[in-house]
Amino acid sequence: MSSGPAVPSSEPTVTPEDTSDGVTTVLGEAEIARALTRIAHEVVERNKGARDLVLLGIPTRGVPLAERLAERLATIEPGLVPADVVGELDVTMYRDDLHKHPVRTIGATRLPASGIDGKIVVLVDDVLFSGRTIRAALDAISDIGRPRAVQLAALVDRGHRELPIRPDYVGKNLPTSLSERVSVRLVETDGTPDGAAGSGQAVTDAVLISQRPTSTSSEGTR
Amino acid sequence: MKHLLSTADLTRADAIRILDTAAQMAATQSREIKKLPTLRGRTVVNLFFEDSTRTRISFETAAKRLSADVINFSAKGSSVSKGESLKDTALTLQAMGADAVVIRHQASGAPHTLAHAGWVEAAVVNAGDGMHQHPTQALLDAFTMRRHLVGRGAAGSAVVGDPTGQDLAGLRVAVVGDVLHSRVARSNVHLLHTLGAQVTLVAPPTLVPVGVETWPCDVSYHLDEVLAETAPDAVMMLRVQRERMSGSGAGGGAFFPNPLEYTRNFGLDGRRLALLPDHTIVMHPGPMNRGLEISAEAADSPRAVIVEQVANGVAVRMAVLYLLLAGDASKERAGLE
Amino acid sequence: MSEQTTNPTYVLQGAAPLGADPVDLVLARGVITEVRAANSPVGDDETVVDATGLVALPGLVDLHTHLREPGREDAETIVSGTRAAAVGGFTAVHAMANTTPVADTAGVVEQVWRIGRDAGWVDVHPVGAVSVGLDGHQLAEIGAMADSAARVRVFSDDGRCVWDPILMRRALEYVKAFDGVVAQHAQEPRLTEGAQMNEGVVSAELGLAGWPAVAEEAIIARDVLLAEHVGSRLHVCHLSTAGSVEIIRWAKGRGIDVTAEVTPHHLVLTDELARDYDPTFKVNPPLRTAADVEAVRQGLADGTIDIVATDHAPHTREDKDCEWAAAAFGMTGLETALSVVQQTMVDTGRMTWADVARVLSAAPARIGRIDQGPTAQGRPLEVGEPANVVLVDPAARRVVDGRTQATASTNTPFHGRELPGRVVATFLRGRATVLAGAPVEQVVGVRS
Repeated sequence: MSSGPAVPSSEPTVTPEDTSDGVTTVLGEAEIARALTRIAHEVVERNKGARDLVLLGIPTRGVPLAERLAERLATIEPGLVPADVVGELDVTMYRDDLHKHPVRTIGATRLPASGIDGKIVVLVDDVLFSGRTIRAALDAISDIGRPRAVQLAALVDRGHRELPIRPDYVGKNLPTSLSERVSVRLVETDGTPDGAAGSGQAVTDAVLISQRPTSTSSEGTR
Repeated sequence: MKHLLSTADLTRADAIRILDTAAQMAATQSREIKKLPTLRGRTVVNLFFEDSTRTRISFETAAKRLSADVINFSAKGSSVSKGESLKDTALTLQAMGADAVVIRHQASGAPHTLAHAGWVEAAVVNAGDGMHQHPTQALLDAFTMRRHLVGRGAAGSAVVGDPTGQDLAGLRVAVVGDVLHSRVARSNVHLLHTLGAQVTLVAPPTLVPVGVETWPCDVSYHLDEVLAETAPDAVMMLRVQRERMSGSGAGGGAFFPNPLEYTRNFGLDGRRLALLPDHTIVMHPGPMNRGLEISAEAADSPRAVIVEQVANGVAVRMAVLYLLLAGDASKERAGLE
Repeated sequence: MSEQTTNPTYVLQGAAPLGADPVDLVLARGVITEVRAANSPVGDDETVVDATGLVALPGLVDLHTHLREPGREDAETIVSGTRAAAVGGFTAVHAMANTTPVADTAGVVEQVWRIGRDAGWVDVHPVGAVSVGLDGHQLAEIGAMADSAARVRVFSDDGRCVWDPILMRRALEYVKAFDGVVAQHAQEPRLTEGAQMNEGVVSAELGLAGWPAVAEEAIIARDVLLAEHVGSRLHVCHLSTAGSVEIIRWAKGRGIDVTAEVTPHHLVLTDELARDYDPTFKVNPPLRTAADVEAVRQGLADGTIDIVATDHAPHTREDKDCEWAAAAFGMTGLETALSVVQQTMVDTGRMTWADVARVLSAAPARIGRIDQGPTAQGRPLEVGEPANVVLVDPAARRVVDGRTQATASTNTPFHGRELPGRVVATFLRGRATVLAGAPVEQVVGVRS
């Protein structure tokens, strides 16, 4: 196991766009799409096909990412039905930091019909940070079943790991400082009408960096 | 939410949140490994001044499934007659570091006193106080109704969709029995009303409290009429105490001439069961007096969800303990992420 | 016992008797000796009490107090209770009989009377029980108590109802021999078994057993008819419902010799206060609805209700610091009674200070038959009358603090409330028991 990204990334450097309030876009819609396509290919390559694969998205944004990955898998591997390989894994009840925040809503956990026993489970999340969410996900998985292997796909790896957790597939490595905040916008979860509040603009996929507010904030999962 | 004392304190959003959380908890209970680490390190005390094995076990199971430590304190009414023992008991629990106290007490208002007297810092869950409230019972009743009756497909369809986020708007519920002495009735009337359901209380005049006309529900003395005219989606039979029905024993103070007359007029038997629409569920908070308020035929019919209510009780109580204990209560805000 | 000349001669300068134009009242040798023009010249041997802006009332008389001694000295003693009464402006109290042992013999009433006399704060007039042990089965030694040194004239099983109509009839008849009166605690026991608070909308919601108004009214209706039939006088304790007021009004209209009292707390508090399950508000008879509060106010204003009596009921902290069902019934009231009457009746224009003197002094003294003789109470503020006087500052406002009251118990329902009026001075037959709002401590046992 290497400590760096599992597969060397070869995506071009992105010129960040500055918005007026100090928010920088580090990945736009097109870059995100390309990254997901690449990840899908890497998953198939690494696992020598898509047999026995299960993609479990971690709410909130890991879920649409897992669904998009499943769709791409279906274009690579003939006969694969996306709905058969995708599921959601809510990790709230396994977190170790519950008492630091107001009580969280528990999300749904739905597994594909074939379950996870003996499968290769690929956890899908938007931002990999301290690794605690993934640690909780591993505990959740072990209570639900016994997969053959567990792998991790993250759209963004922003560093600052607190546990020995490393991703197998990364969309973009994004070195950040702790004073920065990384947010991800996806059309499925943040697009109008359910997403961005009244901006009147169409929301597109993006990965954004901004400065964290100085007061203790409960936003942003670590 | 710092305490759960009465369903009258719950907003519609609060109630739906508890039901949705209970649904997630219920999902975990169908796995092989039913235990979750969520409340590890927390201490839940079951403080039962009134005998109740079922409710206590339900709360104990709920706490243990969330990996909390459980301490059971059971004090029957006879040796604990004066109020100071509530205070002294509370102070002892505080010293032991209880994070939550689940209290059942024969005196209405005892959980309220425990929560507000400043004796403990723990979250207080009312597991039934006198004739006043039994909020987790009403919540599991509402959860059961929602599961069976909300999100139903076209008329006649047996398929029920996912009721997450939904209330009980438009449902008609009949609650039948000793309303006067029933904390279950009071909790249900408030909660069902908050969730948009329409409630009809059915009882003889002696078992309905003075002042019930101010409650958000209808009242009737005639069960057959209510079943025929409102076609309820759920019928909830309340437990009736035999001692109150007897013409002897209680002297002139009996609420009913004899049990037979009660059963004839207010019992759910096979004939009344047949009057109900096909989808109507039959509920009972337990324990049942088979043959008094509910016949064996009705209790064992496929419409009866009484056993499921018990299972749902664990999930609902897991949800309540989670919502009271998991987060940092000092940073209470709307809380939805 | 004689009033010594060791008492100074007091000149209450600029006092407004019953709220009328200010005068100087002179108290000497136990009586009111002069009524001078306001701020007249003062003699060298006279002690001035500046009563500018103060209202002078005859010393208040409470027909219904619980002093708890003998038996519950942990809640109150005769000394602490009568001191609290003096602070509240009272110069006489009737001590109810539900002590341990019960005051159903000459021995007990004499003991209470003596302790009260020796304490010297107010005149203590013990109330004798109607039935032995308050059990409601057998008449107590009413005659012996009447003949004792305590000269009991008021008889009551208060705390319990004389529910047996035969016993009530006998008691009503028996006390006629010496112009005594039976004071009934009207509570039909079968309708109020296990009752915790007023039966109504609030009790239905709170799940607390109800104490229906009819349980009070049914007994009053029976008793006024009994009193009429046997030609006796009857007094009804702590009236609390609109229906009860109606029944008394009807009875008086028929010429029945009945008198009635209302407590200060029933003039202002309602059953809504039970919603927090705070047993401070648990009392018997219970707090009723707003409509009942208005009815008793009207009854007091129009004379249907004759007097205000405190039903001062001290309880230890253990008896109130618990869940509602386990708590004792009762509230203290000696030190807040006058203020509550001022707030609800005088400041709202329904009564004058002269009316206050009637309902809190003259009428209770008359009902208790203590308005004659050397120790008469409730007399007018006129020359020659005993110098039982209280000075009140009606413009003062104070926040009630249950922890610093003179009564030994803290169960006041007015804790934290601001009330108008303050007792500045109280005089018992020309001796100051309260000056500058504070009790004048004296060696117990020294008669002066």
